[in-house]
Amino acid sequence: MSAVEQKAMNQKVSLVEEVAGLFKGNIREYAMYIVLVAIIAIFSFITDGLFISSRNISNLINQTGYIAVLAVGMTLILIIKQIDLSVGFVAGFLGAIAAILMTKSGISEWITIPIILVFGLVIGLFYGFLVAKVGVPAFVATLAGQLVFRGLLLLVTEGSGTIIIPNKGFNAIGNDFIPDIFKGSSIHLLTLIIGALAIVFFIYSQIKARKNMKKYNFKVVSDPIFITKLVFIAVIISGIVWILASYNGLSWTVVIVAVVVFIYNFVMNKTTYGRYVYGIGGNAEAAELSGVNVVKITSMVFASMGLLAALSGILFTSRLQSATTVAGNGFELDAIAAAYIGGVSANGGIGKVTGSIIGALVMSSLSSGMNLMGVGISYQYVIRGTILVLAVVFDVMTRKANK
Amino acid sequence: MSEYILEMKNISKTFPGVKALSNVNFKVKTGEIHCLVGENGAGKSTLMKVLSGVYPYGTYEGNIILNEEEQKYKGIADSEAAGVAIIYQELALIPELSLYENIYFGHEIKKGMTVDWNETIVKASEMLKQVRLDVNPATKVKDLSVGKQQLVEIAKALSKNVKLLILDEPTAALNEDDSANLLDLLRELKTQGVTSIMISHKLKEIVSIADTVTVLRDGQTVCSMDAIETKVTEQDIIKHMVGREINNIYPKRENVKIGNVCFEVKNLTAYDPTLGREILHNVNLNVRKGEIIGIAGLMGAGRTEFALSVFGNPKGYKVDGEILVNGENKVFHSPKDAIGAGIAYVTEDRKGNGLILIDDIKHNITIANINALAKSSVINENEEINVANRYLESINIKAPSIEQCVGNLSGGNQQKVSIAKWLFAGPDLLILDEPTRGIDVGAKFEIYSLMNKLVEQGMSIIMISSELLEVLGMSDRVYVMSNGKITGEVAADEATEQGIMAMATTI
Repeated sequence: MSAVEQKAMNQKVSLVEEVAGLFKGNIREYAMYIVLVAIIAIFSFITDGLFISSRNISNLINQTGYIAVLAVGMTLILIIKQIDLSVGFVAGFLGAIAAILMTKSGISEWITIPIILVFGLVIGLFYGFLVAKVGVPAFVATLAGQLVFRGLLLLVTEGSGTIIIPNKGFNAIGNDFIPDIFKGSSIHLLTLIIGALAIVFFIYSQIKARKNMKKYNFKVVSDPIFITKLVFIAVIISGIVWILASYNGLSWTVVIVAVVVFIYNFVMNKTTYGRYVYGIGGNAEAAELSGVNVVKITSMVFASMGLLAALSGILFTSRLQSATTVAGNGFELDAIAAAYIGGVSANGGIGKVTGSIIGALVMSSLSSGMNLMGVGISYQYVIRGTILVLAVVFDVMTRKANK
Repeated sequence: MSEYILEMKNISKTFPGVKALSNVNFKVKTGEIHCLVGENGAGKSTLMKVLSGVYPYGTYEGNIILNEEEQKYKGIADSEAAGVAIIYQELALIPELSLYENIYFGHEIKKGMTVDWNETIVKASEMLKQVRLDVNPATKVKDLSVGKQQLVEIAKALSKNVKLLILDEPTAALNEDDSANLLDLLRELKTQGVTSIMISHKLKEIVSIADTVTVLRDGQTVCSMDAIETKVTEQDIIKHMVGREINNIYPKRENVKIGNVCFEVKNLTAYDPTLGREILHNVNLNVRKGEIIGIAGLMGAGRTEFALSVFGNPKGYKVDGEILVNGENKVFHSPKDAIGAGIAYVTEDRKGNGLILIDDIKHNITIANINALAKSSVINENEEINVANRYLESINIKAPSIEQCVGNLSGGNQQKVSIAKWLFAGPDLLILDEPTRGIDVGAKFEIYSLMNKLVEQGMSIIMISSELLEVLGMSDRVYVMSNGKITGEVAADEATEQGIMAMATTI
């Protein structure tokens, strides 16, 4: 009975207060979404709706894919106060190796892809060894790696120049969409169904988690706020799904990114490994003295980054349907920027994988919108740089205010 | 000259949600040594930050009158210009720079546009002489002991023509010799007209040095006692600090059941490659089940190094010797191994390497034993919340919730979180390194009581402490270390302060 009474009291007295409190406590997180929505709204207005068109949104999201997976790995790297400057050229180099394996060696794409992923993992493990075991600062180790892989990329593409990839299966990853099993409609039905399932799954898991919290007598947000939150997120997912479905539906890129985000989000929030990563970022010495194997976890984080760099290389090469001599140039900076915009603390220890995905979307929305407006590339760099520094300034200020 | 160099009138300072100071009145006589005491969170540091301009004029209410003039500081630079210097617990020296560079850092002696290094060295040498530090001014700060670094800080303050010197727990990190030396220096500076305000938790020192003692409690002045006219005792101070009399600072254990030897170290020798010397020589020591062992000694005697060598050797010393747990020979390659064998280590420096300050209480408590809450690496978060809440209650951590960031807690509560972390790991042997450093009397008592409860339940404790009375009051047996060696072992009821001090100073 007391729960009912409490609910009634909440509704009457403190609903406004609760909203204000939630907002104040999570301003850093909310601000990111607000910025993204604002960017979308502004560009849509300026471009007479061209920005929000199905075709553009679909393109935008698919273009973000190869940066998004890097941003996921970079989030972990930055949380443990390390950096990886080599991921761009690792991606470019491994993309070129994939192209060579498929064209010159004639290996099937389904064997090539796992080989490339393993290469990425090995490269990452080697960084982990250098940084965690030998004690080379990550900045130096990965800067060296950047030079090495830039050179190797040139070396393997020197003779051939750009390598065109004929493999349909490989090229589908970056360009094609999931097939619509219910053909004949102008709307991509399978996409709508997946979207609907995602919403149902989301609402179910939220309600279940909340019930569980109540069972343990833990504090939960009041019913109106909970329902508002559910409705809000459901509306956003439906909106995106609708836009995508009225074009070609979900792309394979989106599916892959979604799987990566799901796995990493789970590992970081629900498992001991995630806890160790945050612990090392917060205070490495304290973590070690609490029994955390810092060398092992650091190596794992670098290995995961290598793996995701390989995946990024596959996505990018597939999207271009070819390997070029300059592939991967500057990816690492986009990934680092996305992570910082997405709320990773510049001092380590704090950050979310989902935030970095939003950060990546903010960056590519800016590029896409400015391209549609015909803003020159030189101005685009200046504007993106400004946004990055503003994001970190905002981050530092809100953390100070919360202290 | 007026009788009072400083008058702080009706000072109030509010932080979001907390009134840190309310109408505090604080008067310091010219040329005296004034001790400011109070439990952690009583408002001492806040008051000193108001005085030194860290919190500028306008962010607090009330008036500051220094030398009969009202002061409205915009920042630390203004208070320094007025002759106020503050020396914090965490020293603000630059380790890689020399003493003379450090002493004149920020107010360099200039000749035209450039720094006059010759003049700097001459002046710095004078300052060092004044604080009775007989070292080459070109020595780097990192090569001095903490005690000597403290003197360099004072030399730096003197170089700014300080009139009012504020010391925030100056002896917290010092051994007894260095502490005595520092107190002597304050007395000497007094004869030269320097007024000092000293914040301290060491009541014995306060009683010996103070001309006036002011006690703060919960952001208010409780009383100001003249220690020249009438003698102020430790009991007087404690009474005002906590508002109650603690007759027995060291609670007695009820059911002492000491069992067999459960942990033993034989011929432990350790070499530190970064220092290039041996830090432990042939250490032999044993602990019985249900026993509290005290390890006394001065700073730098090798006690923390001993704990680290036993606890999986994370610093990478070259360690020789045997570690036996329940009679079984063990080799620990990392703290993880040591934890697995039932050993826990609460570090000396809880902020530096004990806690994850940016994380919450819950995660800090569970990190050392998170696997117990996980099934194939997936954490049961509900159970985790239950565990954290249980410790919050059972060892009385004062915080609004387990979601509270540990960095925002007071020293005593942080220490309780550190201990909770290790209790959750369920050790058989708990090593406590300076468990009550920098925490208030009330929290100390709680930690002592907790230690007693734990050994009654069959745990063994090694307590490393620089406070002799604490070692004597809490231990069943005391080992004394000096210069990396065990120089004595005594049963607590036979040990005396003088006896232990004698062993701690043998080399």
